[in-house]
Parts: sequence; structure tokens; C-alpha cells
Amino acid sequence: MTEQIKHHLPDELLMSYAAGTLPEAFNLVVATHVSMCDDARARLAEYEAVGGAVLETADEVELSEGALEATMRLISSRAKDPIKTIRTSSGVFPKPLQDYVGGDLDSVKWRRIGGGVKQAIVPTSKAANARLLFIPAGAEMPDHGHAGTEMTLVLQGAYLDDGDRFARGDIEVANEEMEHTPVADIGEDCICLIATDAPLRFNSLLPRMAQKLLRI
Amino acid sequence: MLTSIPAAKEKSAPEANVSYGSVTELTTQIDTPGRKVSNVNVQDRTTATPWVAELQAIKDRQDQTAFAALFEHFAPRVKAFLMKSGADAALAEETTQEVMATLWTKAHMFDPARASVATWVFTIARNRSIDAIRKQRRPEPEDLPWGPEAEPDQEDALALQQESTKLAQALSELPEKQRILVERAYFGDLSHSEIAAETGLPLGTIKSRIRLALDRLRHAMG
Repeated sequence: MTEQIKHHLPDELLMSYAAGTLPEAFNLVVATHVSMCDDARARLAEYEAVGGAVLETADEVELSEGALEATMRLISSRAKDPIKTIRTSSGVFPKPLQDYVGGDLDSVKWRRIGGGVKQAIVPTSKAANARLLFIPAGAEMPDHGHAGTEMTLVLQGAYLDDGDRFARGDIEVANEEMEHTPVADIGEDCICLIATDAPLRFNSLLPRMAQKLLRI
Repeated sequence: MLTSIPAAKEKSAPEANVSYGSVTELTTQIDTPGRKVSNVNVQDRTTATPWVAELQAIKDRQDQTAFAALFEHFAPRVKAFLMKSGADAALAEETTQEVMATLWTKAHMFDPARASVATWVFTIARNRSIDAIRKQRRPEPEDLPWGPEAEPDQEDALALQQESTKLAQALSELPEKQRILVERAYFGDLSHSEIAAETGLPLGTIKSRIRLALDRLRHAMG
């Protein structure tokens, strides 16, 4: 599953994913993006190689006596892991996202949030949250700014944001300074996976009230 | 890009002529004084493909001596990593044993054309630490439609293993300040901005030092 991707993941996020220091919701967006992007996959392999080099050169802490024997006992109590059959997903969602949703696009339980826009929370740990957003073709997202970092990955259709077009596989990262009003491209409804590590700040009263109810 | 790992083929370093002969040659019986049962050439770790033969010996014939050697090298490093990631000594000990047991049960899935043994151990330890210490799931990218069951290309494997050795060397030669920051970015469960808050250095400084370090690593990798 490889797409013509124009908007790539920043190195800092890829490095943090390799290091294992991102919140789960961001990990989900990165894993889903990497499933769609060979460039990100190759860069991820490099950052993991740096992790291997750090492990090789770092300090050591002695294990307790008998640790090897205890590990051998642990091994004999375990079966050999079966060779995984390689499954590539054929749906709209790459496999890591399917694992979280419990299926492909048709398994999503959408909630309407007005203007034809729908969303579904994807449960992850609390440090950040992930959700799927459905924006009808040509429709506008509510105008919003950010208190933290927001990652948006396009899964279907495309959206326009400040002169840029983001299509399937593309990723956009927004931070505190940014206020934007993405608009779904005409032609196809747009579906995105979005992770935020702080609630969005909507610029009108109504969405702000909705924010509490809808956990966005 | 750091090392252009998957496409390292065209680089035929002179050492590449040292026949990888791989696994068969590396694991031929060698009379190693002081080591009884092992068929593994223990010299291997100083050569181009560190620890690949040990892992192969575990996969092929459940070689416990090869495992003991891997354990002796990696377990104390994994334990240090887990403690820096926030585990207390008891949890780190228990999780290290689980990580090392996973090396055994997944030995047949290791692909020397895709990662060094150290990198593979690192990813297993990282995933266990997210699971055991942070109590989170770890979403992993979809596998590519080629897998560990296909025989890895030996030239690719050798090139990748050599690059990994070179990378560890380059990392150890970084200026102290940069090396420490790269280590902290991987070991310690802190984001770049949390490192900034903890060290009192501005985030911009943290980011530019890490960038400088990575640039040096890329340069060293040619």
C-alpha cells in the first residue's frame, strides 16, 4: 500500500516514534502513515538503527544472580512464536488502524457533529487523543487553533489548507502558532485520522460548547 | 537519510569480499577453548556480522551457549535502557528476562538484511517497555509483502550489518554534548521538549544539537 505522498512526517516525530517516547495516539498516526509511505519506512529503519547503536554503546546494569537460568525457565514455558503470515490490508485503513477500529471504514461508529461533519473517537491512552473525522466533499472544518500538537493523516479524499492540498497518505502537523480552516476537496468525502495532545481551541462559542461534549 | 539501508547494495566495501558465507560458515564448528558445547564462532562479534551467528544457532538448534553469550552482552544493556525509561530495578529485571526470552522465541523471525541484532533487540525492548512500563499498546506499521520466511539476500545482509557497526562507531565518536542528547532522546522516555525543560536548555538548542548529531552520523555513513 504505497501512495504518491507529498507531505511527509517531520523527522522529530519519526525519531520519537522510533525511540518509543510518543503518546499512543501519535504512535497510531505514525504507524498508519508508515504503512502507506515507503520513504517514511526507510527513514524509520534508520532511526531504529540509531536506537540499536545507542543500545550498543550505552551503560550496563548488572542482572541479579540466576537471571539467565530464570530466563531459560521462562523460555521453556513458552511456545515458539508462529511465523506471522504477512497480511496487507486491502481496505481504506492500513492494518494498524484496522486493529484499533476493529475493522475497516464500514466498522466505524460515526457521531454527527454538525454541517455533515462526523467523527469517531479512537480509544488510546489519555496523554493524547485520536479520532477519525469525516468531512463531506467541499465542506469546511470548524475554524480552529491549537494548544498543543495536532497531526492529521488523510485516509480518503483530500483537503485544502492555506494553498496546500493534502491527499491520501499525506500528513500535516500543526502547532500552537497555527490557526487554520481546512476545506475538503470537491469530488470525494474526506476522511482523516487526527491526533492531538491538547484540546483544540475553536474560535466561536458553539463549537467550544460542543468540544466538551464531543471530547475534541 | 542516514544510511540508505535498504539500498546499500552498490556500496561494495572492500570487506565485502570477506565471504559472508553466512551463517553456514560463521557457525561451523570451531574449537573454542573454555566454551564447551557451542558451535558458534565467538570471534564473530568483532567481525562484520556481530551476533548474527548466535541468533542463527538458536534458531537452528536451540543452542543454549549461543543464547548465554547473547544474554551476557545484551541483558545488562536492556536492563539499563528499561531503568532509564522509568522502571524500578525489580520491574526492569523482570522485563529484561521477558525481552531476552522473546529473542529466543522469535529468533526465526530475525532478518539480517533488515536490521542489526542490536537494533532488533532495541525494538523488542522498546515495545516491551511501552507495554510494561507505560501500559500502552504499541501500534506497528503494516508488514511489507515480503517477510522473514524469504531467504535474506546475503549481500544485503552483510552491507546492512557493516553499516550498523559503522553507525555505532560514529555515534561513540560524536562530541560529548551531542552524543548525550541522542542517548537521552532514545533512553529516558522524554520528548524533546521535556528534555529541554529538564536540562534548562532552550528547545531550539536541543533540536539543533540533535540535528547536528544526526548530520554527523549521516556524514560518517558517507
